[in-house]
Amino acid sequence: MKPLIPIALVRIVQLGVKSLLLHKMRSALTMLGIIFGVCSVIAMLAIGEGASHEAQEAIKKLGSSNVIIRSVKRTADNSSSGQGKRSFVAEYGLTYRDAARLQATIPGIRRVLPLRIMRDDVRFSSISHPCQVIGTHPLYPEINGVDLLAGRFLTETDERYQNNICAITLSLAESLFTGQNPLEQEVKIGANYFRVVGIVRERGTEQKRPQSGATEGQTIDANVYIPLSAARNRFGEVIFRRSAGSFEAEKVELHQLTLQFENPESVETAVPLIQRLLERFHERKDYELVVPLELLRQAERTKRIFNVVLGSIAAISLLVGGIGIMNIMLATVTERTREIGIRRALGAKKKDITTQFLVETIVLSVGGGLIGVAVGVITPLLVEQVAGMKTIITWWSVVVAFGISALVGVVFGLYPARRAADLDPIEALRHT
Amino acid sequence: MKSQPIIQLQGLTKTYDLGEIQVHALRGVNLDIEAGSYVAIMGASGSGKSTLLNILGCLDRPTSGRYWLGGDDVSTLEDDALSIIRGQRLGFIFQSYNLIDQLTVVENIHVPLFYQGRDLEQCWDECVKFAELVGLGDRLDHRPKQLSGGQQQRVAIARSLVNNPLMILADEPTGNLDSQTGREVLEVLDRLNAAGKTIVLVTHGEEVATRAHRVVRMKDGFVDSDVLNRKTISTAATARPVAAAAR
Repeated sequence: MKPLIPIALVRIVQLGVKSLLLHKMRSALTMLGIIFGVCSVIAMLAIGEGASHEAQEAIKKLGSSNVIIRSVKRTADNSSSGQGKRSFVAEYGLTYRDAARLQATIPGIRRVLPLRIMRDDVRFSSISHPCQVIGTHPLYPEINGVDLLAGRFLTETDERYQNNICAITLSLAESLFTGQNPLEQEVKIGANYFRVVGIVRERGTEQKRPQSGATEGQTIDANVYIPLSAARNRFGEVIFRRSAGSFEAEKVELHQLTLQFENPESVETAVPLIQRLLERFHERKDYELVVPLELLRQAERTKRIFNVVLGSIAAISLLVGGIGIMNIMLATVTERTREIGIRRALGAKKKDITTQFLVETIVLSVGGGLIGVAVGVITPLLVEQVAGMKTIITWWSVVVAFGISALVGVVFGLYPARRAADLDPIEALRHT
Repeated sequence: MKSQPIIQLQGLTKTYDLGEIQVHALRGVNLDIEAGSYVAIMGASGSGKSTLLNILGCLDRPTSGRYWLGGDDVSTLEDDALSIIRGQRLGFIFQSYNLIDQLTVVENIHVPLFYQGRDLEQCWDECVKFAELVGLGDRLDHRPKQLSGGQQQRVAIARSLVNNPLMILADEPTGNLDSQTGREVLEVLDRLNAAGKTIVLVTHGEEVATRAHRVVRMKDGFVDSDVLNRKTISTAATARPVAAAAR
């Protein structure tokens, strides 16, 4: 009669489980190493993946076919400007002419979106709220990812006639107009009144824009969008700021230029051209170039390194777990020398003994692996709940972790199993 | 015409090479054992008795000489082939029972068949039959630790029978038992022999040896004497003494 291999294997696994259950505590402790190893692989990769995913999302939001140029105030500029004509006004940054030049000369550019950003308080009746006043074009929502919730955004007509109208973000509307419809109301910014025509929401509120100097970093949920032409005429180009006894003024035409290209490929060829162009017209480097595509690539590289580091740590813990298993299995083989002798006398080949002990090790490591997967899937969820970090469990991390745990069983089980099989049956039978 | 003996040993030697010295455990043993015989092998320690048993049990290979078991020369077989021979043609009974602790009675009896690729479900009835034969039909699910020594040895006997071997090799089967249970175990062996099983029993005890039809005494690696047991000779139809190996 030909033995049915699957059934035989089932029996061997049953036998292995039975032997392991004989020492429940020992088996459980042995599995712990693998459980922690697998769990840490999955959990660490999930946390890493989540973190890098957030970073990449933020970068993607900037647009991979965009190039962003920001005006930057150099700290050294104050002293250098002091050498020439003494002035309170620090003059720096991008100009309208830069925008025009870029649009005219760089190939592949689809649109150029200029921004002027000022910090001011916005008032409605008795309520005042600090906000960012953004002078921009009607293109803004399209390029920067803004959802229109009610009313309309700025139009070309508004731009042409320098209309005193504005669109505001939802959170600002909520704090200014509690219980009222903000549309068609007038808010006061500085000395001017602007009519609210639309409510919008920025996608990804964490994004930061260059702020004029010290107030950088505040959440920019409170935005007021006004036509660029209106911003230029109503607020002028010089911004004054008073803070704790000092007085500062700066003249900046444009705070940011977003260049939208036809496709990501043309970004790469355009970046050096942009740099050369700006270098020619700016004596000092009072601007910075942000290329989301490059940032994205960098983030991916970082993530890869991060994964390798995490993977190595996890691999070491699995290795330690494997050594633990091997140690216990060697002890088990010694302890069960007599059983091995009996089985050999009753017709077991070396191969049968190898299989038996190998299966036991694999049951240990696969069992540990399964528990580890379960714990490893739960851990990131807990981390998400407790620490508020975003985690992403990738299917491949589960497969890899589990696969490695099974492999550990085979690799570290082979030596003890071989030792068991190579025992001389006569010696083994005599063993007490 | 004499029937072909199931065991034939010819000029069997076994030398252990311990580096500087060589130990000659067997120095040329000739022995034939017919089917259905009941042979006791006796001898002081160091007489080569254990070595002979190991070779008979296919656990070890002779240094030289021939060993035919059931018509096949097994003296030069490889390890795997010897395993198969052990599993198919031999039944072992040990002094210390040698049951596997984590298995039940019926599972222990099944072990030799397991290594022949037969699943317990397929041969459950057979295993139970042998358990009943040794009077343990009501303890199928017991573990060895839950049984007395006599009962454990009877499980071992059942296990030695389950593969329908050519020969049962019993190594001091009563050594760990009190005289009463020892006698019971020996009676089981008597019954098996009466039913036609070939039994080779290694023992120190003269009383145990008297139950055998034939007593082979070992000394210094030779067969010292090989005599038919007078008390049982009348019933031992198939036993046949063979001239001991020449001095």
